[in-house]
Amino acid sequence: MATVSVYSSPGFDFSNLTRNHFLAEKGLPLPKATSTGTTIVGCVFEDGIILGADTRATEGPIVADKNCEKIHYITESIRCCGAGTAADTEFVTNLISSNMEMHALTHGRKPRVVTAMTMLKQYLFQYQGHVGAALVLGGVDSTGPNLFTIAPHGSTDKLPYVTMGSGSLAAMAVFESNWRANMSRADALQLVKDAISAGIFNDLGSGSNVDACIITANNTEMLRNVEMPNERVQKERTYLFPKGTTAWKKEDIRKLVLTEEVTPLAVEAMDTT
Amino acid sequence: MDHIDMNRLKQGEINLGTSIMAVQFEGGVVIGADSRTTSGSYIANRVTDKLTFLHDRIYCCRSGSAADTQAIADFGHYYLQMQTQTMGTPPTVLTAAATMEKMCYQNKDQLSAGIIVAGWDKKNGAGVYNIPLGGGLFRQPWAIGGSGSTYVYGYCDATYQEGWGKDETVKFVKNTLALAMSRDGSSGGCIRMCVITEDNVERMFIPGDELPTFWEGREVLGEATKKPLAAIAAVSDVAPMAVEV
Repeated sequence: MATVSVYSSPGFDFSNLTRNHFLAEKGLPLPKATSTGTTIVGCVFEDGIILGADTRATEGPIVADKNCEKIHYITESIRCCGAGTAADTEFVTNLISSNMEMHALTHGRKPRVVTAMTMLKQYLFQYQGHVGAALVLGGVDSTGPNLFTIAPHGSTDKLPYVTMGSGSLAAMAVFESNWRANMSRADALQLVKDAISAGIFNDLGSGSNVDACIITANNTEMLRNVEMPNERVQKERTYLFPKGTTAWKKEDIRKLVLTEEVTPLAVEAMDTT
Repeated sequence: MDHIDMNRLKQGEINLGTSIMAVQFEGGVVIGADSRTTSGSYIANRVTDKLTFLHDRIYCCRSGSAADTQAIADFGHYYLQMQTQTMGTPPTVLTAAATMEKMCYQNKDQLSAGIIVAGWDKKNGAGVYNIPLGGGLFRQPWAIGGSGSTYVYGYCDATYQEGWGKDETVKFVKNTLALAMSRDGSSGGCIRMCVITEDNVERMFIPGDELPTFWEGREVLGEATKKPLAAIAAVSDVAPMAVEV
């Protein structure tokens, strides 16, 4: 009889990697991770930053969540939109949010957006693109409004208006035709709504509602579901069957919840000698 | 596979399909680059700054993977800051180039980065160092790099002359990049240039609609192409495109 080795080495076990490659070659692909086929955008206006996102999460062709949140908290005046692998965007923003709080506590002042950008790019570069997070990072700090994109391999760009995710082309078309320098708050919010809507309506990976986040020097306003263009309407007919549609021969109603009387005995004190 | 494909990029990686250049002249260097960053066929950034600060009088031009070259430049910047603090004097261009070369060579299996380091220092004056894909280190009077450079080697060989001043060198860089950008699909946008001398670093910007133009074939393509684009745009009564309902 073959004996199983009782010894297991410490650390990671990579034996499944070979097996998975073998199975993939035989035509059995690995399960897909939930991906946020997404439209996310960011835009600079006269006194701050507006971030925007759609709210659809997908698993291949399935809509996994019709109203998820893609604008993540980094600090009070820095937020980050995530596209790509949902789990990765969630964990990487959580980790950097935690590290930024520690950074603020040790230095005793508000941390800057470039600090978050550097932390994110160095983390993503370390994992060589295996952490599949494509991010739009925006916020206001002592240097003024800042807006960045961070790609999964760790490259960054600094621009006055940015888009990412599968709907980025549709959203960028809106920005390229209508963005102006020093826009008012209302105009910029409308532009962000239009850009996300372009993604929602023209990209299959994006859908449902519009989230937005307006960050200024002394206030951050999270506008959850600021636009809901895909609300379900009341169904025109009801599909409930009237009682008696199916005939029955006898009726027996039983109580499924069991009740029990418990009489506590005299409680003995714990021995503490 | 029996050889390493140095031109490979990881799936979905952002690429600097680029035209970059650096030329030395008496008393300084002129560096220049186009502004296009691509991800597949999509232009991820049309106003990229590929001229990256390493030290007060030392810059680098980046080509290859955006993530890799940014990481290398960030480390180079950090290393030169630390070196300045410990030595008490600004680093030479050779030191900067050798540091970058070391990173490119030692990590050659994992990187796709072609970098030109250029600048001015007290010891050697102006200097241009080319660090191609495998991680070599070559001092050259002029260097070109990126995917667009292959189209303009002949132009550079035929045009470059020793003993130019600043203005002639700037014109050479501007013309070379415009020619490279017009032939290479992965290069384009606008031109960014830097003139690095002992006294200062002067940045220059040429917008995409003010690039130098060369022969554009109007003579053979006929009247229709003779109208300049600006004149078409200036026509005020442009009717919107008819849409059938």
